[in-house]
Amino acid sequence: MEASTLQTFFQQLINGLSLGSIYALLALGYTMVYGIIKLINFAHGDIYMLGAFWGYYVINFWHFNFLFALLSAMLVGAVAGVIIEYFAYRPLRHAPRITALITAIGVSFLLENGMSYLYGSTPRDFPQIIEPVNYHVFGVLISNIQILILVTACLLMVILQVIIKKTKMGKAMRAVSVDPDAAELVGINLNRTISFTFALGSSMAGAAGVLIGLYYNSIDPLMGMTPGIKAFVAAVVGGIGSVPGASIGGFLIGLLETLVQSVGLSAYKDAAVYFVLIVILLVLPAGIFGKNIKEKV
Amino acid sequence: MPDTKGGQFVRQANYRKWDGIMMKKSMMKKLTGFATIAATAMIFAGCSTASTTGSGNKQTGNTIKIGVNMELSGAAGGYGNQQKQGIQMAVDEINDAGGINVNGKKKKIDLIIKDNKTATSTSASVAAQLANNDKVSAIIGPATTNAGTAQTPNITKAAVPALSPSATDPDYTLQKNGKVQPYVFRACYQNNFQGGTAAKFTYNNLKARRVAILGDNSTDYGTGLAKAFKNQFKGKIVANQTFAAGDKDFNAVLTSFKSKKADAIFVPGYYSEVGLIINQARQAGINVPIVGTDGMADPQLVKIAGAKNATNVYYTTPFSTMASKKNPTAAKFMKAYQAKYHQVAPTFSALAYDSVNMVKQAIENEKSADSKKVAAGLAKIKNFDGVTGTITIDKDHNAQKPIAIETLKNGKVVNSVSIK
Repeated sequence: MEASTLQTFFQQLINGLSLGSIYALLALGYTMVYGIIKLINFAHGDIYMLGAFWGYYVINFWHFNFLFALLSAMLVGAVAGVIIEYFAYRPLRHAPRITALITAIGVSFLLENGMSYLYGSTPRDFPQIIEPVNYHVFGVLISNIQILILVTACLLMVILQVIIKKTKMGKAMRAVSVDPDAAELVGINLNRTISFTFALGSSMAGAAGVLIGLYYNSIDPLMGMTPGIKAFVAAVVGGIGSVPGASIGGFLIGLLETLVQSVGLSAYKDAAVYFVLIVILLVLPAGIFGKNIKEKV
Repeated sequence: MPDTKGGQFVRQANYRKWDGIMMKKSMMKKLTGFATIAATAMIFAGCSTASTTGSGNKQTGNTIKIGVNMELSGAAGGYGNQQKQGIQMAVDEINDAGGINVNGKKKKIDLIIKDNKTATSTSASVAAQLANNDKVSAIIGPATTNAGTAQTPNITKAAVPALSPSATDPDYTLQKNGKVQPYVFRACYQNNFQGGTAAKFTYNNLKARRVAILGDNSTDYGTGLAKAFKNQFKGKIVANQTFAAGDKDFNAVLTSFKSKKADAIFVPGYYSEVGLIINQARQAGINVPIVGTDGMADPQLVKIAGAKNATNVYYTTPFSTMASKKNPTAAKFMKAYQAKYHQVAPTFSALAYDSVNMVKQAIENEKSADSKKVAAGLAKIKNFDGVTGTITIDKDHNAQKPIAIETLKNGKVVNSVSIK
């Protein structure tokens, strides 16, 4: 009996981690964009939806394999992110931030309803390019797709961290995030850096879209809404603006949701996530990894 | 440099303020939804028994106006669009054949389709427009109980009957005092009947004694069926959990069912989520029977669940593709639908198709397309030969028709049992 309880526990841990890795991938985009231009990009969840639809089409009609579908969806996500930034947010760079925020919500609605109009809101089945296989490890079931999601998510997060910490562009991003004016003074191209940030964050969302499509086998134009909001909560919990914070926040939210459901309170799983958001904002407004903003003048 | 420092503080304060606004916004998205529903519910709660003083819409022209108040976008947009296809097909067929015979004169249908965006407030205003401005004889729709209940006061005031193809809540056609709403009809079963049938089938035919329920609590459909099942199931309910439309991950709940040793799972909900539940249950090695209702009866279910996983799956349905082979009306419909839309007809399209033809029948029987007469005609429909079975409207304006339970094996319907 004890073994079976333990098995259930580990099974739920796996469930939580797979769910959390998706939130983590999405939260990275939120956190990066916020870190640089202090804008909550509400359209981020919808770029994830675009990635999933792109994966759906290229696999069905061009017969891409998984890797190419993933990489091309990242590219499409990146391009979509840059286009949105160029047309929607760039003209508002010097406008009050509330204007940009409302625009972000508008872009989100445009993408959701535009896709519903063009492709219908009926859920579609995602092509199963990878045959699901279950592995039994001490009575705990792990599917190859769960492993794939975890590994891909972790890999992408490491790559992201390397880009931010080790490359020239990453340095520029960090500089812009600290002080855009000063960054421009030392010769950093502001527009290019911001576009690059959107591209990077949105490519993570594109990848998450394909992974989710493969994992759940169902995509629809409104699929980005709830995960988008939850990923935003994850970003806040981890400390908005902090990249490792977003990853940890994503996993925490995934585990929390799983925990709430496993004890029989499934009706409150969304409420629990928003409750945590409130608690974090009251107790630890900067988030777990958030640092108090130190600005040298 | 004190000035700059001051500036820094202002900026920091701004960040804080920003965070606050942003949080509120994300909450707002959710809250406005609730607030709208609550507000509409409150506004209309008072007048749901409005007196029926209206004289109704007279139809004197050469066409018969029929309004459609439908969920063409928003959360239930998928179902609404399927219904629209069924409605459009029925109307095209009637018009191609010359129209509806009103007292010896053939009149074509003038169809007015409006989107209620799956919002209760929009549904109420759409119904008012259709009834008061467009002066329709009857309204088909809405697809969901929530949107349907919201339109009831307006259509009652205007004395225009509304026939919903798929609003299943038992109270939908009833007033608060238990009397029937004079202008509200439905072409489908109500939940108590369907949930009860599923409960009996699970106990008697599947011999299950420990059932776990995983229901959709974001719709009246799901909560109503779960309640009906719970009340009428003779065995033990070992777990009662819920999900919301749009959820994708059920692994945690299913894992908890496994440890509760459930020998069947009842899943009152729609195919988009139930498909995922079947998929994830089978992936997690849960092979017990999964029993559901007509919200599952859609070809897309098997695609989302995966054909291999859709085994040992049962659902109640008025419209069985197996049974339809024996029913010539249904067979004809299936063929025509396939030819027109290049897909297998989903249940919602069949129900909507029947709804239009029931209105036609009512008009022909009453020899008038005046809205009050149509309402009287709908109430008297008996042994109507529909695609979804032989329909009789009972005293509470529910559609009575035979119910069938279909069995899926490897994604194919292998058996269909009629339950009396």
